[in-house]
Amino acid sequence: MTVYLPGSLVEALELRARHPTATPIAGGTDLGVHWPQRMAGDPGDWLDLSGVSELRTHTWTDDALVLGAGTTYWDVIRNPKIAEALPLLVRAARLVGAVQIQARGTWGGNVVNASPAADGVPVLMSYDAVLELRSRDGSSLVPLSEFYLGYKQMRLEPGELVTGIHIPLRTYDFEWFEKVGSRSAQAITKVGVAVTRRAAEWRVVANSVAPTVCRCPSVESLLAEERPVSGPSDLAPALAADVSPIDDIRSTARYRAEVLARILYWGLRDECPNFT
Amino acid sequence: MIGPGIEITLTLNGESIRARVAQGDRLLDFLRYGRGLTGTKEGCGEGECGACTVLLDGVPVNSCLIPAWQARGRSVETVESVPEDELAALLESGATQCGACTPGVVMTAWWVRRNRDLVDAHALRELMAGNLCRCTGYDGIIEGLEAWLESAGADAGESEGGA
Amino acid sequence: MKRVEGLSKLTGRELYVDDLVVEGCLWGATVRSPVSRGRIRGIEFGDSVNWSEFTVVDHRDIPGSNSVFLIEEDQPVLAAARVRHRHEPILLLAHPSREALRRAVAAVEIDVEPEPPALDFRVDPLPEQIQYGDDNVLKRLRIEKGEVERALAEAPHVIEGVYETGAQEHVYLETQGMLAWDDEGVITVAGSMQCPYYIVDAFEHALGRPADTVRIIQAATGGGFGGKEEFPSGIALHAALLAMKADRPVKLVYDRSEDMEVSTKRHPSRVRHRTGVDRDGRLLVQDIEVVLDGGAYVTLSPVVLSRSIIHAAGPYACDHVRIDGRAMFTNSPPFGAFRGFGAPQSQFACERHMDRIASEIGIDPVEIRRINLIGDGDATATGQVIRDGADRIEVLERALEMSDFRQRSTAHAGFNRSEPTLRRGVGLATFFHGAGFTGAGEVFLDSEVHVAGLPDGRIEARTANVEMGQGTLTVFTQLVCDRLRVPPESVVIAPVDTARVPDSGPTVASRTVMVVGALLEKACDDLRQRVGIRPDTDGRSLLRAIRDWHEAHPGQDLIGRAKYRQPEHIEWDDETYRGDAYGAYAWGAYVADIEVDLRTFVVRVRDFVAVQEIGRVLHETLARGQIQGGVVQALGWTLLEECKWADGAMENAQLTNYIIPTTGDVPPIRVDFLEAPYPHGAGGAKGIGELPFDGVAPAVVNAVASALGVDPTFVPLTPERLMDLALHSPASGGGAP
Repeated sequence: MTVYLPGSLVEALELRARHPTATPIAGGTDLGVHWPQRMAGDPGDWLDLSGVSELRTHTWTDDALVLGAGTTYWDVIRNPKIAEALPLLVRAARLVGAVQIQARGTWGGNVVNASPAADGVPVLMSYDAVLELRSRDGSSLVPLSEFYLGYKQMRLEPGELVTGIHIPLRTYDFEWFEKVGSRSAQAITKVGVAVTRRAAEWRVVANSVAPTVCRCPSVESLLAEERPVSGPSDLAPALAADVSPIDDIRSTARYRAEVLARILYWGLRDECPNFT
Repeated sequence: MIGPGIEITLTLNGESIRARVAQGDRLLDFLRYGRGLTGTKEGCGEGECGACTVLLDGVPVNSCLIPAWQARGRSVETVESVPEDELAALLESGATQCGACTPGVVMTAWWVRRNRDLVDAHALRELMAGNLCRCTGYDGIIEGLEAWLESAGADAGESEGGA
Repeated sequence: MKRVEGLSKLTGRELYVDDLVVEGCLWGATVRSPVSRGRIRGIEFGDSVNWSEFTVVDHRDIPGSNSVFLIEEDQPVLAAARVRHRHEPILLLAHPSREALRRAVAAVEIDVEPEPPALDFRVDPLPEQIQYGDDNVLKRLRIEKGEVERALAEAPHVIEGVYETGAQEHVYLETQGMLAWDDEGVITVAGSMQCPYYIVDAFEHALGRPADTVRIIQAATGGGFGGKEEFPSGIALHAALLAMKADRPVKLVYDRSEDMEVSTKRHPSRVRHRTGVDRDGRLLVQDIEVVLDGGAYVTLSPVVLSRSIIHAAGPYACDHVRIDGRAMFTNSPPFGAFRGFGAPQSQFACERHMDRIASEIGIDPVEIRRINLIGDGDATATGQVIRDGADRIEVLERALEMSDFRQRSTAHAGFNRSEPTLRRGVGLATFFHGAGFTGAGEVFLDSEVHVAGLPDGRIEARTANVEMGQGTLTVFTQLVCDRLRVPPESVVIAPVDTARVPDSGPTVASRTVMVVGALLEKACDDLRQRVGIRPDTDGRSLLRAIRDWHEAHPGQDLIGRAKYRQPEHIEWDDETYRGDAYGAYAWGAYVADIEVDLRTFVVRVRDFVAVQEIGRVLHETLARGQIQGGVVQALGWTLLEECKWADGAMENAQLTNYIIPTTGDVPPIRVDFLEAPYPHGAGGAKGIGELPFDGVAPAVVNAVASALGVDPTFVPLTPERLMDLALHSPASGGGAP
């Protein structure tokens, strides 16, 4: 097992190009689970990004916050400027695990771990985040909503790393995120949804109810068209078209479908101005 | 150790050290077996229970999730570094029963104690949620931390800003 | 008195088994059955491993009897020809490297010819699933009083109910572990345990060695809750077998997933009630059936069943009672001791049923308890006359007062009418718990304790009862100090090491303070007598007298002794299951105030009041800590903790997927105590370690029933299960828009 320890982004990208099968690791909150068992299997090689401090910076441009992929949840929670500009980031970050996890888990790691239950991804997607992918030889921008191709499959080429997350700075009429877990902290999401609205532009992004975190286009249309919604059951058909919850070790398809409709309906009804 | 290991330098409980860590070791293994600092405990190996909590660059983390080589160039503090005379409030309140979760609890509480402004934005129960306890039901821990903060507030302790 | 070992735990200095460093120590690991039932056809050792580096132990290496000594001899130390549950231990491996061991375990292939397992304890087994007796019943017990059939026929109202509870994993924060080595012919084991002498007995039996060639030492133990009562005997034997074969020390520590998969859990239960009451709700007849899942070996199921049926009729007076209990064999890892030991299961059913009765005949749930609570001079289901001076009505009243029960009920009713997505309710449970071993059990244990006067004048208390967080060291120190009137600095509690302490029985059954503490008091008296000091003399004189005695008797031991003697008034018939089941009962009344979120069906506990009469409160902080900890652990059992079974084993064996409460999941637990001293308990105290478990689940579920107008009859009441109930319940007002 070889462990590569780059000290800069240039070095990291060079190593990534030369050893594309080495697993990149940053905060390790997913990859570190049951580490000894992993070591006793076939662990492969590792590319440690925790020493690349450039990845942990963030910059404000005129129209976006560019979060370094190595920014932790805790970095965001403790940043009042981010809390004000992009409150859903802080809301989601506070619902991840507990302090010990928030202090290590990174936004980039959450994106590339590609769990259907990822908690950072829905709010990023609801903000129309765009990923910066870099390799030794170039870079590209990919909207997060187009990044996932299927369960644990993403548009990441060998040699590429997610290095930054561009989040547009906009004024929203409504921003909302709710996570339903198995308990109040240290919980994997059973069903979660992030919603943003700018006039007739809706983003409804759900996690844990499909093979990937995904937008809910039928629901977005329903909301954009201002069709009447008087209860959760009015959202159910659109949700059924957009998501496909399953039974698994954490919850049931039935529960996820029913609760998603309920939290979405009541979130809109109780908190969204001008919601019919 | 199996394999050549990786040589790293780090600050451990205030002391600058150089050590060779096995590639497959977690920071937890390095502390417990490499340095004989058995105060930090293993409860689950999954980052759920917090029994393995140490402070990394002043912030609580689960040492069971950190490959030892990721500690290079960092500062690590374990329960062995907490001054004994700070622990009176926790001793009084029944914060410890079987003791297995206790070092992890102490480290998170110590971090709160040294960053008092945290309580302006976070409830104590939220800050301690990553430390599972099966014995106390949590009241002894929370009451102890409250008393600790109160007694510490009396000496106008400085804040390190929550890192 | 502050917790004696508190600073040691807070500073991380306390040494648990995995903290112990022994030179030349090997790590141990276990190879286990992949299926729940079958005949072992072959064992293949994979080529990728250099097996010459490993110590390998199988059943043929067992010098004595291949069984883990408990009640019956059916459980092998290592499976030989057949397996009866998934994860049953078959082989043991030792090696200097833990990583190499993990690879090695994965490289062993156990070939089992599968046979049809019995996996549902609630249904009658098919002929091909019979593996114990002729009906898979591990144990049957019956309690009978009065004329049940006639009373049922004559009762104005008969209300039935069936209630189920799920398994529960202990999740002690320190996993199971043992360290074994051969110390010049004495097989020595240090580890995490509650009952060192159980392990001595198991070693005599399986290793064929006399007790004086075995030494068992309790290391600091990070939680037990019953999970380290009987289960450690197997691990200790495994570590010892490896150490003996390798001729090196061996440390066997389970990681969390293995621990959860293979170790014991709370017995799942199904309890059926058929209750006759009069128009006022007075209990006329209780006909109860208790069925427990015992798993693949007898282990302690007969005793769990015993306690379960003795508590099944609740703390009530009723002339006609029949309780039929049976523990079933299934091909699951054996279920075992867990705080409450059968009583939480049967009292959940009883208390949920009381609310159902109240609802069906239109009586207030408080009133139905008030009129039925056992009074002075009334008899329990086993015919034990209660005359202990405890005021059970006062316990109930205090709980109602502290919880503002009446006002909150009214307020919640109003709240529920006006709130679209939230529903609140309060729920009550009254319950009891007998402390110590049942009936003649304490006589059978024949406990002995010593209190030694050391040459330097210090006092050393020697018992086999362990500190595992409940406060043994502190309360024992306090009892000795109080009895001998000496300061804490002059008292030391001997490490629990069978080479140094007598067998004072296991640390279970809420007996440590009540029974063993009382023996300590007597041993103190005996010590004082041996140096000719009168009871009312101050401690300084005693310490001086001890030093003088040693000067006059150099090289000799000065030991005060006490052996258990059953109080005269206790009479119990094990054949008919009638009489005085326990020397003392503690009495409880708990109130849960909950809120259900109709969007998510998550139950939030807003407030919890725990009132109990416990004889005497010997140490306020420790007693409160026991109640708060027990309540929260029981809240987990009630609302969060679900064992998911697949192919006869726990599928969700990770803390990520087996959900115990965090700080954010429970409110502050408000506790109050009443005292009616028990003359035979240390300082008048009754045992309390398990009591809190009996009252939580029914109080919470009763509250949810009240809030939603549904009728849950099971725990865990997870959001998924509550949602299914609420959305498919005919009369529920809980569906919401």
